[in-house]
Amino acid sequence: MLDGQGANARGVFEGEFILEVDNVRKEFPGVVALDDVQLKIRPGSVHALMGENGAGKSTLMKIIAGVYNPDRGEVRFAGRKLDIRTPLDALNSGIAMIHQELNLMNTMTVAENIWIGREPKNGLGLINHGEMARMTQALFDDLNIRLDPAGMVGDLTVAQKQMVEIAKAVSFHSDVLIMDEPTSAITETEVEHLFRIIRDLRAKGVGIVYITHKMNELFEIADELTVFRDGKYIATVDAKDVTRDDIIKMMVGREITDMFPKVDCPIGETILEVKNLTLDGVFEDVSFTLRRGEILGVAGLVGSGRSNVAEAIFGVVPASSGQILVDGKSVQVTAPSVAMSLGMGFLTEDRKETGCFLNLDCIENIQVALLSSGRVDNRGFVNQREVNRLAEEYSAKLRVKTPNLAETVANLSGGNQQKLLIARWLLTEPRILILDEPTRGIDVGAKSEIHRLITQLAGQGVAVLMISSELPEVLGMSDRIMVMHEGHVSGFLDRAEADQVRVMELAAK
Amino acid sequence: MTSQDANFERAAPKAHRKMPAEVNILLVLLGIALVFEVLGWIFQGQSFLGNFGRLKIMILQVSVIGIIAVGVTQVIISGGIDLSSGSVVGAVAMVSMSFAQSSEYARAVYPSLTDMPVIVPVAIGLLCGAAAGFVNGWLIAYTKIPPFIATLGMMVTARGFAKWYTKGQPISFPTESYAALGQGMMPVFIFLIVAAIFHVAMKYTRYGKFTYAIGANAQAARVSGINVEKHLVKLYIVAATLAALAGIVVAARGQTAQAGMGTMYELDAIAMAVIGGTSLTGGRGSIIGTSIGMVIFGVIISGFTFLRLDAYYQEMIKGVIIVVAVIVDTYRQQKRGKKS
Repeated sequence: MLDGQGANARGVFEGEFILEVDNVRKEFPGVVALDDVQLKIRPGSVHALMGENGAGKSTLMKIIAGVYNPDRGEVRFAGRKLDIRTPLDALNSGIAMIHQELNLMNTMTVAENIWIGREPKNGLGLINHGEMARMTQALFDDLNIRLDPAGMVGDLTVAQKQMVEIAKAVSFHSDVLIMDEPTSAITETEVEHLFRIIRDLRAKGVGIVYITHKMNELFEIADELTVFRDGKYIATVDAKDVTRDDIIKMMVGREITDMFPKVDCPIGETILEVKNLTLDGVFEDVSFTLRRGEILGVAGLVGSGRSNVAEAIFGVVPASSGQILVDGKSVQVTAPSVAMSLGMGFLTEDRKETGCFLNLDCIENIQVALLSSGRVDNRGFVNQREVNRLAEEYSAKLRVKTPNLAETVANLSGGNQQKLLIARWLLTEPRILILDEPTRGIDVGAKSEIHRLITQLAGQGVAVLMISSELPEVLGMSDRIMVMHEGHVSGFLDRAEADQVRVMELAAK
Repeated sequence: MTSQDANFERAAPKAHRKMPAEVNILLVLLGIALVFEVLGWIFQGQSFLGNFGRLKIMILQVSVIGIIAVGVTQVIISGGIDLSSGSVVGAVAMVSMSFAQSSEYARAVYPSLTDMPVIVPVAIGLLCGAAAGFVNGWLIAYTKIPPFIATLGMMVTARGFAKWYTKGQPISFPTESYAALGQGMMPVFIFLIVAAIFHVAMKYTRYGKFTYAIGANAQAARVSGINVEKHLVKLYIVAATLAALAGIVVAARGQTAQAGMGTMYELDAIAMAVIGGTSLTGGRGSIIGTSIGMVIFGVIISGFTFLRLDAYYQEMIKGVIIVVAVIVDTYRQQKRGKKS
């Protein structure tokens, strides 16, 4: 361990790179996750790490954080070889990481979460809660975060939790801060806030590794960028020397010309009508219609009630009042099974919590909705051969990358998990498809594939309700856009009149 | 697939199966049996496996609890636990026996209801079990209390009921046809039938697929259109009904019913499931695995008896085995997670 060195390396350190990854190789049974990659981070810079899902970014981050040991190569920090065996070693050495998934304890307070394991003690060796609250407040003031240090983390929104994670990472005063898709769960305003924090840290000499799939963020914040593809190092370039298309070309090895391949398709009769839908305390008076072949985008800040409306329509948490009409007939959607019998499908926002069966294999993940729809049922017995055939067909169509469909889903990348979940719903041949953040945390290649697929489905007459926090996606994909603000519909925009500014005006009011 | 695409990424992933996890457990069984075989020759100067009489008794001993383990396995796969099975065995043994008494016996519990056809006490017993399971399942599914607490409540209540039923008096003198349910190798046959039925149900029907899905991620299962609550009620009914069946067999085998029957059976049944590879965190396990777990359990007990090991040691070692099985399962899960 580099005791003492870590926290103060800034100022003392004179070299060019604060963190150097040299020819690191890592193999897992059957796959080479990293094939002699390199990554060099300068102090006081933001270095973006880009690559498709499965490119090896997360594996490398886990090596730096001490979760894995590399088979070959080394990681040097401030010019010295690092021997990191646990995440705690990494922190002590001056490397802090914000993981893609939140790692907070919901039943503890904000302050307890931030200082866990490093709590200030009083004379008796007991935790000094007053001091801890003061430290938290000072940290929040510094970062301009407005949260109650004594509040329960479980009561916070996802975006607020993300800010707590960021504050926690900053509180280590590390020389290197790694952020793995920190903006995947937060809205534009909070992204701005995060960027201010990042610029601040950069000015203080911190080297920041920023993993993202979002191009516009990249150009806004990154100084340099490194691209990985299929576990291989492709290039490191200055962010100002490249264009968006250059990066995409490096990432996927081919050109993706049309990111949002929306084609106009005939829009048919109204299939879903929602009237004055209300869930007390969450959203109110939501009304809209959805027609065959139409893609209705739903924009709004996180917490505006978008996902709750989708959950109410699908019967996950039924609305307290209001009406849902399918094919003009009023229906009572009391459970997801009811929604499915009406021809609905629902891709949820949270892959891990409400989507995947991580311990089960691909087939078991794909088949579940089809089985519960009862379509392949033979007096309770499952026609497994037919189900397997369908699963194979759809995972080929969606280009799911997995050695075979008996692979445990936990071992697949996020993008491939998402494709499996989409396959799950396509198997049920829905007429109304509700997609909540269909491309969250997915690489460019998979993203454009999913977009193409959504358009295709609309072309086949499926009515699509698509919720997304990514404005370019909403603008690029939707025929119409419904904007929500604090539980209310604040307006509708047609494809022709919609632009970033108009949507944000309605969303933020 | 029709064409083999040269490009790996485009080639359709196949639905081929890996080697079943049960093979490992089977190897463990063989290993343990061989150890006893060797120890047998060293310390007793005779073969452990060569004595079919002993193996028969061993299988007979574990089959009754094996019937319970088949149900408990399903509950554990769904992410739950059932602590009430042992008490259900006791309660059902009492109730069922009270409707199975022979008229030759002067002090029957229901003197006017003697010499009933065997179907009557069996049906009543199974219904009692189903009722207990319904209460378990309903509490867990609709009041959302943890399965541990709901079935712990049933465990105490059913045991109390068994004692209250005849104020602690044993019930004896069943009809011949009832007693036949526990004679000879009958318990083994009953176990085999039950295991076969639920092996098929878990592997080839929606019932089984839903059970795994709920255990792996109940929320995702619900969003995928599974009526999770209803399914949980079904599972606990199945588990308690199988415990009731075990209770009937136990009473028939002993030709008497006592309120204390089946004490600790729930833990032995859980142990069999866990040894057989059922994951206590839900989502994984199988009836075949549990059946092998049952035999492992039997081999160990019978092996220690064969080596003339003190019964007290046996019990202590049983505890150690359960913990070791869970450690192995946890280790396997960690290995699985590391790959991601």
